[in-house]
Amino acid sequence: MKEFRMPSLGADMEAGFLREWKVKPGDYVQRGDIIAEVETQKGIIDIEVFDEGIIGELVIKEDDKVPVGTLMTYIHTSEKEVEKEPELVREESKMTAVQVKEPVKQMREPVTAPVHRIRASPLAKRIAAEKGIDISKVRGSGPEGAVIREDIEKAVQEKVTQPHKEIPPPIAEEIAPPSVSVQSYTENIRMAVAAAMSRSNREIPHYYLQTKVDMTAALTWLTEANRQRSSKDRLLPAVLLLKAVAKALTDVPDLNGWWENGLQRKKDIHIGFVVSLRTGGVIVPAIHHVDEKSPDELMKMLSDIIPRARALKLRSSELADSTITVTSLGEGAVETVYGVIYPPQVALVGFGGITEEPWAENGMVGVRPVMTVTLAADHRATDGNIGNQFLTALKQHLKQPEQL
Amino acid sequence: MNEEEIKNTIFHLLMNIAPDTEPGQLQPNDNIRQTLAIDSFDYLQFIVAMDKAFGMETPEEDYGKIETLDSLMNYIGEHQHSHG
Repeated sequence: MKEFRMPSLGADMEAGFLREWKVKPGDYVQRGDIIAEVETQKGIIDIEVFDEGIIGELVIKEDDKVPVGTLMTYIHTSEKEVEKEPELVREESKMTAVQVKEPVKQMREPVTAPVHRIRASPLAKRIAAEKGIDISKVRGSGPEGAVIREDIEKAVQEKVTQPHKEIPPPIAEEIAPPSVSVQSYTENIRMAVAAAMSRSNREIPHYYLQTKVDMTAALTWLTEANRQRSSKDRLLPAVLLLKAVAKALTDVPDLNGWWENGLQRKKDIHIGFVVSLRTGGVIVPAIHHVDEKSPDELMKMLSDIIPRARALKLRSSELADSTITVTSLGEGAVETVYGVIYPPQVALVGFGGITEEPWAENGMVGVRPVMTVTLAADHRATDGNIGNQFLTALKQHLKQPEQL
Repeated sequence: MNEEEIKNTIFHLLMNIAPDTEPGQLQPNDNIRQTLAIDSFDYLQFIVAMDKAFGMETPEEDYGKIETLDSLMNYIGEHQHSHG
């Protein structure tokens, strides 16, 4: 059985309002199923689950305010799964199973009454008790997030090196009272952007690098590819840019990750793609597994996700798990964009508009369509050398569009 | 479709793509994308919808010929598939 808690839908999010349960106790769910709609500053978000099983008690009532991390419901996974984990504390699992069967009556303040159940190995518990570590604050790396001995030892070390240092609470504006008017969403998004960007500038020591790319090969390839496609299947340059970023990240993985007590590299490449709203503000939905997608598949994903982003109708994973951000200014007159990193990510890649410029190569000068690419990166996580390797790789990939 | 019908269909399609704009305010020689702040993604959606509505297939190299309301209407007049 697993606890399902309110996911964080971005660095700027503190809480949402549960608008509707899409499931009831006893329903069978699979990974990716929508179980609830939660209203946030970024619109009504579909909340997805990541486990397969049977929905248990619905702990939160509709229209309750739900802070990030609050227990929302349980998902009963198969019994076999539990059997496979002898190192987990059995009595505790049994206790919670009993607790679940009792209906949770009139939980007026879900904020102050979360159900605490910590999966931990007995050894980890003993060491934690000896060393005075609060085991509920330790992030588990064992099966199903169970806290194991290594986690406690790491926590002990951190405690020694950082005495009295508390983890600062996430910076976020208080969400405004729920309302459905476009005007208020516009203001809420403004405040969400303000909070995330202020935190970024306060916490992240940015460094910036830039280079210019001759886009002749990419644009020629694109024109040729689109000639054979009907208008609904045509590709936009953004697809090639996303693909090239994903490839460059495979070459230089240090820029694909989060800064959370050190650089946490991410295996999956989920690119947050900046979508401007005509009424002001930006929404940054994650395009999942860009490295594994073909240009056509990516175009289909963009065609699905951009209108939903504009309509403020995204899924929870699309707001929560970007590993890097890409912003593309498109056709305006601006050549260069110096981005502000979206925490806890460690890099942002900015593409300026494509303009014709004199271009020297092999001792010859010609006129080429040229695009400026910038990298804003977190200097805590990487140094200029890594940024240099990344932009160099990105440039190479854009010169070989047929490989993308 | 006659000219008035073409114009109304264009306005309708533009409103679908960019609900918070007023295509009715477009002057004949305004650049549609610049005036209504339509980005490349929305523009592609518009072309797809336009091709469907008028039963035509606009190649990418013709995008430059349909930048204003006037030129777009001329282009549709020449290329639309008459259904009867």
